[in-house]
Amino acid sequence: MTAPVKLSQLDLLEAESIHVMREVAAEFERPALLFSGGKDSIVMLHLATKAFWPARIPFPLVHVDTGHNFDEVLAFRDRRVEELGARLVVAKVQDDIDEGRVREVPGGLRNPLQTTTLLRAVEEGRYDAVFGGARRDEEKARAKERFFSFRDAFGQWDPKNQRPELWSLYNGRHLPGEHIRVFPLSNWTELDVWRYIARERIEVPEIYYAHERAVFERDGMLLAVTPHSLPRAGEQVTTRTVRYRTVGDASCTGAVASPARTAEEVVDEVAATRLTERGATRADDRASEAAMEDRKKEGYF
Amino acid sequence: MSDLLRFATAGSVDDGKSTLIGRLLYDSKTVFADQLESVERTSADRGDDYTNLALLTDGLRAEREQGITIDVAYRYFSTPVRSFIVADTPGHVQYTRNMVTGASTADLALVLVDARKGVVEQTRRHASLSALLRVPHLVLAVNKMDLVDFDQAVFDAVVKDFREFADDLRRQGFGELPDLTAIPIAALQGDNVVHRSDAMPWYDGPALLEHLEQVRVERDHGEDRPARLPVQYVIRPMSTELPDYRGYAGTVASGTFRVGDEVVVLPSGRTSTIAGIDTADGPLDAAVARQAVTLRLADELDVSRGDLLASAAEAPPTVSSFDATVCWMADAPLRAGARLLVKHTTRTAKAMVTGLHDRLEVTTLDRQPADALQLNDIGRVTLRAATPLAVEPYAVDRTTGAFVLLDETTGATVAAGMVAAP
Repeated sequence: MTAPVKLSQLDLLEAESIHVMREVAAEFERPALLFSGGKDSIVMLHLATKAFWPARIPFPLVHVDTGHNFDEVLAFRDRRVEELGARLVVAKVQDDIDEGRVREVPGGLRNPLQTTTLLRAVEEGRYDAVFGGARRDEEKARAKERFFSFRDAFGQWDPKNQRPELWSLYNGRHLPGEHIRVFPLSNWTELDVWRYIARERIEVPEIYYAHERAVFERDGMLLAVTPHSLPRAGEQVTTRTVRYRTVGDASCTGAVASPARTAEEVVDEVAATRLTERGATRADDRASEAAMEDRKKEGYF
Repeated sequence: MSDLLRFATAGSVDDGKSTLIGRLLYDSKTVFADQLESVERTSADRGDDYTNLALLTDGLRAEREQGITIDVAYRYFSTPVRSFIVADTPGHVQYTRNMVTGASTADLALVLVDARKGVVEQTRRHASLSALLRVPHLVLAVNKMDLVDFDQAVFDAVVKDFREFADDLRRQGFGELPDLTAIPIAALQGDNVVHRSDAMPWYDGPALLEHLEQVRVERDHGEDRPARLPVQYVIRPMSTELPDYRGYAGTVASGTFRVGDEVVVLPSGRTSTIAGIDTADGPLDAAVARQAVTLRLADELDVSRGDLLASAAEAPPTVSSFDATVCWMADAPLRAGARLLVKHTTRTAKAMVTGLHDRLEVTTLDRQPADALQLNDIGRVTLRAATPLAVEPYAVDRTTGAFVLLDETTGATVAAGMVAAP
């Protein structure tokens, strides 16, 4: 029962995230937390349980479901929600496709379609603050994000006209119909996330750790053989020891060859790696120099 | 156990600021292969003579097109001893508000000077703002030493000029530049950035990164100050196991709270003692500045968001009217009589600017009477709030001395404010 004299970098990042979450719970009427079952949203959820302990998390979880999921991740999501006694709202991209609000794009990538579903979920839930697990180190447009990111009535982000964010004074004011995206993990890096998962012994879906999987190579990435991603002619399927660094849309998320079977081993691997997680494994971010900036302006995560 | 240093840089592409950041990321092996490849490709497409490391930091399309930094960008890198958060800000006068934003959370300011040009207006602006925002450490990086033949006399002259300006700042009561370190560098080739340079044997100090790794910042976060915790949120589980639990959640702003300490609730002035310090990881005996905790009090008091829990022996005063320096951040000018919202710690209150005293020219430190503050202007005002606030001079406490002003109609953040000494 002694207070640490010197706070480590992880202690400080944790405290900052908790501070941000408490600000939101105090200042907004209807916050919600985006939870995909991916490692960043798992860490965010873990921080939320700490921020309000011994009370329950005072907001629901929202999953924007592309329909292109890894089974292990969905199972994990449902189990975690039940353990916490939390409320989960699932917003399905398939519903927007069925009702003609979006159309499948050639190649089957559903990540770009998520924006419509996300904005519909925000509107239907009348959420005024939405927590996302995005980090500034992920991508250069995200490096410009605020902790509190203002979205207009169309859900759009205006990167050239952002509110200055000073000290730890966050401005959540908005009109009805507008909302604020909140990014408690803004200052975390991929390595911090894994160090924290190791330190806190946080459970993540097993596909983040090394396992045997039938994969084929496309655009320099290893894609799993699933109903959503089938090898084309000439693409050879082999069984390799792989793990995932991100678990988005299964049709565009690649695995990396890796022997790392524990969080500690992943920390060592991430520390030594030479490719960003998005560059290594996300086809959607490779589209152009400003792919993420363009999608974010439209209202993407 | 590694710790964290937040530093802010300001400057234009001409000073080589983005190149320097790119160099720190590159030489500390933080730049990933795909990022470098993307930058190399873009550089080649633009016909640059060398790989333009500035492209690593200038992320928005408009910034790449114009070759300038518009907004604050945050960058991350780490070494085995420390992790760094870099607030990379533009240096031009029209982006003063972005510089102020970057400096507000910085432990250290990195001021870049082109060795050929010496101390220029932008250098003075950055130094003034760093002093005004009470950034505790400052590094003067004299860049492009390669273009002056690594000449010590050039470096010494720049440092002498800068120290004179720092003395002026102090004399004007502007704020101290308490810890000033000057380092000669050549960012393009990496001299004295990560590794000590052979080209400047006359310089025997640390390379920039070595210095950044060694600066001590614990004392800057108010650990020696009286205890303060702005209440963010009241935790009441209202569950069958914990029907009566009531905890005050917040981040310790300064000092140390210990179980048994007598505390006062402001602005009500009621006192109690700390019955417990809770975290999800178990109870603590003591909580120090920057920790996010939940305090329980021995007595049932009316405590809510916006209240300040403070050491009863050394409590700050609560006042409704106080003087402050503000940096105006909106397009429409600020005039005396303006009605706004003030957000101070966790409390937001209606406020009025009852007096506008002067406008400060940050590059000359000249104060002139003014009847309006324009976008990016800095000036002194008197503010009256609708409810009493527990403010302390910003020079004493960067949390209880700081506030922002909001436009009640649009919700925009229109000013950053620093409470003046009474």
